[in-house]
This record gives sequence, C-alpha cells and structure tokens, in this order.
Amino acid sequence: MDSIIKTESLTYAYRSVEDEHPRVVLQGLDLEIERGTFVAILGHNGSGKSTLAKHFNGILLPLGGKVYVEGIDTSVEETMLEVRKRVGMVFQNPDNQLVANVVEEDVAFAPENLGYPPEEIRMRVDDALRIVGMYDMREHAPHLLSGGQKQRVAIAGVLAMSPKCVVFDEPTAMLDPQGRQDVIRTIRQLRDEMNVTVVLITHHMEETIHADRVVVMSDGKIVVDGPPKKVFPNVEYMREQGLDVPETVDILYELDKCGFHYRLDALSVDECAREILTAFTGAGA
Amino acid sequence: MLKDVTLGQFFPGDTVVHRLDPRTKLILVIVYIVALFAAKTYAAYALVMIVLIVCVSLSQIRFTTIMKGVKPILIVILITGILNLFFTQGEHVIFRLWKLTMTWEGVRTAALMILRLIMLINGTFLLTYTTSPIALTDGLELLLSPLKKLRFPVHELAMMMSIALRFIPTLIEETDKIMSAQKARGADFDTGGIVQRAKAMLPLLVPLFVSAFRRADELSVAMESRCYHGGEGRTRMKKLTFARRDFGALILGAVFLAAVFALNRVWK
Repeated sequence: MDSIIKTESLTYAYRSVEDEHPRVVLQGLDLEIERGTFVAILGHNGSGKSTLAKHFNGILLPLGGKVYVEGIDTSVEETMLEVRKRVGMVFQNPDNQLVANVVEEDVAFAPENLGYPPEEIRMRVDDALRIVGMYDMREHAPHLLSGGQKQRVAIAGVLAMSPKCVVFDEPTAMLDPQGRQDVIRTIRQLRDEMNVTVVLITHHMEETIHADRVVVMSDGKIVVDGPPKKVFPNVEYMREQGLDVPETVDILYELDKCGFHYRLDALSVDECAREILTAFTGAGA
Repeated sequence: MLKDVTLGQFFPGDTVVHRLDPRTKLILVIVYIVALFAAKTYAAYALVMIVLIVCVSLSQIRFTTIMKGVKPILIVILITGILNLFFTQGEHVIFRLWKLTMTWEGVRTAALMILRLIMLINGTFLLTYTTSPIALTDGLELLLSPLKKLRFPVHELAMMMSIALRFIPTLIEETDKIMSAQKARGADFDTGGIVQRAKAMLPLLVPLFVSAFRRADELSVAMESRCYHGGEGRTRMKKLTFARRDFGALILGAVFLAAVFALNRVWK
C-alpha cells in the first residue's frame, strides 16, 4: 500500500528565550501513514504528538529529517499550498478555528483561499455541510452553536478543500458527551464513506477502538505501533506510559487478574459482553 | 450586563435599503455626511432631514431603535451644544453673565450643531443596522481596492475587521466568565468610585488579554492550515454585484447632494 504521509528521522525542538538548550520534542521519528487508514496517535502530555501533527501539513518544519505528503516535501515553500490542500487539520478549540460570522462563509474560507470560482465554492460548501450534517444551519452565526456543532463546522471547513487526509488534534477535548459522539461519528464517516485518511490524536481511549492502527508516543519517540487489538491487551505497559486502556479491556483485565481467563482484545462493548458470556457458558459446559 | 453592546449590530430584513449593495450604501453614507456638513440654510437642513426620514422608513427600522445610537455620545453632543451656545459671536444678545454671553446666533448654531450630530449618528447607524458586518467589510475591501496600487494593505485591513467582528461575542462571553469567576472569589466590580472600579477591572483585563493572544495564535495556525496566504489569488463565494437599484440609488444620491448645495445658495 502507498503511504500518504511519510516522515524520515524527523527531529524537532522548541527554542525558548530563557533556556540555552532547545527542548527536544521529536527525536528521529520514522512514521508512514497508509492511504485510507484510520490511525490513532496516543501519548501523555508533552510526548510530542501535537508537534508531530503540526508537521503533517507544514505548519512546523522539521529541524532534521524530512516529511513527505504524497511525495511532496513539506519544507519546500513553493508547494506549501499543495501540501495543505491534501492534509487538512482540525484543532481542539472550535472557537479558535472559525474565521467568519456565518457558518457557510466560514466553510467557504479554504476554497476561497485556493481561488476556486464562486460556483464551485458554493458546491463544495454545500457538500461539506451536508456531510457533517450542518446544512440546515448554514446561515447561523457560529457563536450561537454548541461546541459539537462548531467542531463539525470546523470539519466541514476542512472538507471543503477535499483533502486526502484529515488530522484531528484532540478534537473532542472541549466537548460535552453528545458533541463528542457526533464528532466521532463524523470522523468515522470520513474514513468509511469518503475514503479519507484519518489521523486522530486523542486522550479518550474509547475513540480509538475503531482505528486500524494505534501509535503510542513517549518523549518524542514511537514506543508502540500496531492494531488496537494488539496494543491495548498490554495493559501494564500502557499504564507505564501514563495512558489508559478502553474500559472494556480494563474490565476483562481486572477479571483476568481474579483468575478468570479472558482474551483481552475485545474492544467494543458488544465484543466484551460476548467474551464474558462465552467464558461463562464455556466454563459451565 | 455586557450583552447589550450595540457595536456593529445588524437587523436582518428584506427591504430596498437592506438589498442595496454595501458599496452603494457606503458611498451614499459618505454623500449623506458631506451633504449634512455642507448644509447651511434651514431649507438644506430640512431636505437632509426629509431624506433621512424617508430612508429610515424604507428600511422599516423603528425610529426609537435608530435614536438609541445617540445615547452613548449624549454627553459629547451636550458639551458641543453648550460650547456653541456661549462662544458664538453675535449681535443679538439675550443675556450677559460675568464673561458668558448668550446670543440669538449662539442659540441657532447650537441647535443646528446638535441636530447635525444627531442626524450624523442616525445616518451611519442606518448603515450598520441594515448591512451585515460581512457585507460591510466586503464592500469596504472592494471600494478601497484601488489603494492596493499604493501598497495600502486593503485586504489585510478588511480581514482584521471581519475577524474582530467575529470575535466580539466570543470575547464578551469570556469576559462574563472571568468576571463570574472573580466575583465568586470575592472581587467587587460594582461599588466604589470610578478610580476604584477601574482598578477592579485590571485583574479582569490581564487574563482576557492572555487568552486573546492565545486565541490569535491558534486562529492563525488554523487559518494557515486552511491555505490562507493573504489576499493574492483569493476568490469569494458571494460576489457583490451592482443591480439596477444601485445605479438608481447612486443617481438619487448625486441629485440629493446637488439639491443641498442649490438650497444653500437659493434660500439665504
């Protein structure tokens, strides 16, 4: 499979004014994200995951190493728009991403920047708003919407560029449970129905169970990389990394410690229930 | 308490005044202001007032709403009036009190000056009441676009204006939140003299500024992520177009201005 984003021994450090030594955040990171996959990136605070995400569309440029988006080097100034068009980004705070006073004007922002003709912008805006289910509210003012609705407008604003990949940097951190559910549903829809590559950075383990791949970062390095069914059963290791595991895995893990023997890779609630049930009936038989 | 900020308030509607192109309205407001300050005779004043009343009625905005805009600068208007009342030179003295003299000429200038200021505010408020902030900044950008040749940052200015408008409600909400948080910890914003109250505002401004800078930083990253690279090569979804009514309105504006100048000469 071909990769959409590729980093080669990527290093990055923040320079601070008081400190002589720059703070190294990414230390020689190699990562390839395959087209059409759903990759979740986990890591405790300060592990460098947001810094990594900002390299995917050239907001930050590598101090060492290279980042390629569909083969385009992100550090080349001339092709910057090509990179940003391909990789869209949604951030944590929905308020600080919305530019315009009206929902549809905001969604139109990216295609306007790209210089599309008005009719095409109209089409892209309407399509994007329908995908996230905000078409009926296209004439509202953003500050009157709920957090989840604002975040969906922000997603529409990115989709209007028809990106190949969308990077979500903790998109649900500031939302209420309902808003979180809506946003996660929209994210899954992008991958399943529109074949958009999704990179999701998050603290909520439940949001990662549908991912194809989980990447765990610590101190600017990738420490675990694999499908969620392989990663989460390693409960002790994840806890060492300062991370949690999905509640379903946690239940099975605790039961397992009590002497029941379960497979720990049941991620969804259904799977988990079935696992417990078969173990019981199996024991009874 | 902070919810009733009327800055840039817009009353949506579907009248002729609402539907005019923002550029036309901007030009007409300038014409109106020029006419207002050019008017010297009672007849010219009357014409300007009639035009204002006609425009307000056409916009279906209530006169009381229009007059609300005057309230914040009432003091300025009063001071201007008083100054004109006492410091206008004239022959028909009404009374003399120590060094202050009130003349009939003074009464006349003061009255006209107050009327002029009130009508000035009414006219400009009619513009913001009937034009959405986006249309207004778009119109301004297009009107000023010839200045781009002189390297005047027209696009940047319009972008800054529309972002400022976008963030006014967000920042007001935030101010309310910070105020509640500080009141909950015993801050007192409502009592004491002006100096004391201003001092109480200080701990409010610091977190507000910090957060505004953070917002600006995040917004700029989000804008860049959405391919923003200045005004060059940028298109708009909604193109502003001049309709026949815009040409009509502009012609009427020119006629109005000419009439005011004519009335200045004819009726002395």
